Amino acid sequence: MNYNFQFGVVWDNYPALLEGAWLTFQLGCIAFGGGAIIGLICAALKTYGPWPIRLLVDSYVVFITNTPALIQIYFLYFGLPEVGVRWSNEACLLIGLTLNAGAYLTLILRAGFLSVRITEIEAGQTLGMSLLQQVRYIIVPHIAKSIYPALANFFIVVLVMGTSVGALIGVDELTGQAINLSSVNYRWLEYFTVVAGMYVVLTFVASIGLALLGRWAFRVKARIF
Amino acid sequence: MPHLAVNDVRAKYGSLEVLKGINFSIEKGEIAALVGPSGSGKSTVLRALMGLTPITGGEVDIAGETMNYSSAKEVRAARDRMAVVFQQYNLFQNMTVMQNLTLAPLKIKKWDKSEVMTEARRLLGLVGLSDKADAYSDQLSGGQQQRVALARALALKPQILLLDEVTSALDPELVNEVLDAIRKLADEGMTMVIVSHEMAFVREVADKVVFMDAGQIIEAGTPAELFDTPKTDRARDFFSKILRH
Amino acid sequence: MERILEQIPRFFSGPNMILLLESAGLTLAMTLMGCLIGFGLAFVLVYLRQTPGLWALPLRLVCILYVEVFRRIPFIVVVYLVLFFIQTVTPNASLFTIAVIAICLYAVAYTADIIRGGLESVPQAQVEAAQAMNLSRLQTNLRIVLPQAWPVIVPPAIAFAVSFIKDTALVSQVGVFELTFRGKELNNQGYSGILVFGTIALCYFLMSFPLSMLGQYLEKRLATPRGQRRSRKIWFT
Repeated sequence: MNYNFQFGVVWDNYPALLEGAWLTFQLGCIAFGGGAIIGLICAALKTYGPWPIRLLVDSYVVFITNTPALIQIYFLYFGLPEVGVRWSNEACLLIGLTLNAGAYLTLILRAGFLSVRITEIEAGQTLGMSLLQQVRYIIVPHIAKSIYPALANFFIVVLVMGTSVGALIGVDELTGQAINLSSVNYRWLEYFTVVAGMYVVLTFVASIGLALLGRWAFRVKARIF
Repeated sequence: MPHLAVNDVRAKYGSLEVLKGINFSIEKGEIAALVGPSGSGKSTVLRALMGLTPITGGEVDIAGETMNYSSAKEVRAARDRMAVVFQQYNLFQNMTVMQNLTLAPLKIKKWDKSEVMTEARRLLGLVGLSDKADAYSDQLSGGQQQRVALARALALKPQILLLDEVTSALDPELVNEVLDAIRKLADEGMTMVIVSHEMAFVREVADKVVFMDAGQIIEAGTPAELFDTPKTDRARDFFSKILRH
Repeated sequence: MERILEQIPRFFSGPNMILLLESAGLTLAMTLMGCLIGFGLAFVLVYLRQTPGLWALPLRLVCILYVEVFRRIPFIVVVYLVLFFIQTVTPNASLFTIAVIAICLYAVAYTADIIRGGLESVPQAQVEAAQAMNLSRLQTNLRIVLPQAWPVIVPPAIAFAVSFIKDTALVSQVGVFELTFRGKELNNQGYSGILVFGTIALCYFLMSFPLSMLGQYLEKRLATPRGQRRSRKIWFT
């Protein structure tokens, strides 16, 4: 195999890669946060709402989870301008990712909702707790414990898989930067190897952070690997 | 020359020493019973003999051959000469009774197929389960599964049979059928080491009783000696509690 | 909106539909091949990962590292890496092959965890009984552990493969003529983005949804409680 690796070029351009990593992180957080809000609302609607609302939520979830995120984003990216909406690439990515995450998070959060046993709520009621107190002391800790690992894992998924799709519509997150820089001096292998390594580091840091957060805030033992 | 001699065997689980120098021996055709409270290490002795728990000191003589279980080859040799029946029967769930019995003889010992099949059927008859040859383990009762496990161990033609609390997981009404099968083996002269809580059975069948506690042998002797006139306090304590019913 | 309506007849014309069907077939073929091969290789990986002995520590570490690393890299990056790596070695490799290799590498990492979970779900007592009879590690795994681990391994493995159908969309970026690639082509030809990608989304949906329902049905079937005996698969007896 005659190919001489030149990692020096990558080293010269590392600020751009770091910027990309930072953008990846920001996008991941916002998409996950937005998705969590959507997920919470939808999970609640599905648990407590009337059947037309439930059907609507179900359709949303089923459709999003059975179609690729890339297609959803292309739909926004190519489709929105036709109806006169001109959003930036980043905005398209963000909205698309958030809606995508919302569907999956609906599933995760609803599992959490369902895991609260009626006996625990009754115990709270007999102890004289108000609804708010019940939510705070019984429901939330219980849900947090049971779904925290799934949530943490999904955050990593959004961070890594979700944001990287942005590269295909011109967003300069980490993968996007790799593509940009590689097209300049054709050191694709070097850039992508380094970027792969950066993703691993990024996710490790995120996993450790989430595991620590889990132990400290929710007393959950989340696995790092 | 003793058939089985255990010489100062030690074993560890992590940093905890569970066997602190075990010494006993039995002659061919003899039956030794290991008794004692839970956690005394009785099952560990059997597991150590079969190489399932690593031995950290001492050695084992089987029919004069010394083994210290230090190499995989020695462990295999030891397993070749002995067979074990577990408390939880441990029949292979994805196979029928016949397949359980014939797997090792055919694939490990590579004996002749028709001989293996004939012997397997004979053993099933011995334990009284000839009609269950094609059953799966979850179609059998606990007692039946344990008898199959017994037959499976015998199919390997071991020199020494190890029985690890084989009736402890059974409902009371199923215990006797297993004990009957073991009695038959004893009559045929099989060398056995039995770990059991069934004191009446032990008294009837064992030639030698070894009382263990906390990883050590406290006292050993004939059943009459140990049950009726124990010499040490701990033994006396244990047997008075056990033998009350 | 009117633009979309007037494009519909041209869009849903015969040739277009045939192309879409072909590319959908390609998508399914890629997924199937990549996931099947990846699944098979994952078995080897898990088996190697369990090799006992101190000398095997580097081997075990490599296996663990492979899974951890490939689970944390975006699929698009894996695709690019495979693309460039292979092209420096064989400049004329087919894009389809490259895609399948990338899918393989990725699937191995994800299925390995599923397989490991399945193997570890078989009670240790079964393994000990086999060891006591001097069964080798390979024989124990093939004859005792694997047949019992199957019901635990298959449902998540199928779910993974089905969900991978969606991930193949990323392969369009390197020029494989699968469904998403056709979508971009049609969009470039002037068809409305809403029309094109809405239809493509529907195609993916029609592939993914029934298969995932099938997977869930299989999962229920495989979890039949004991006492209800069907013929168990007996391997290599």
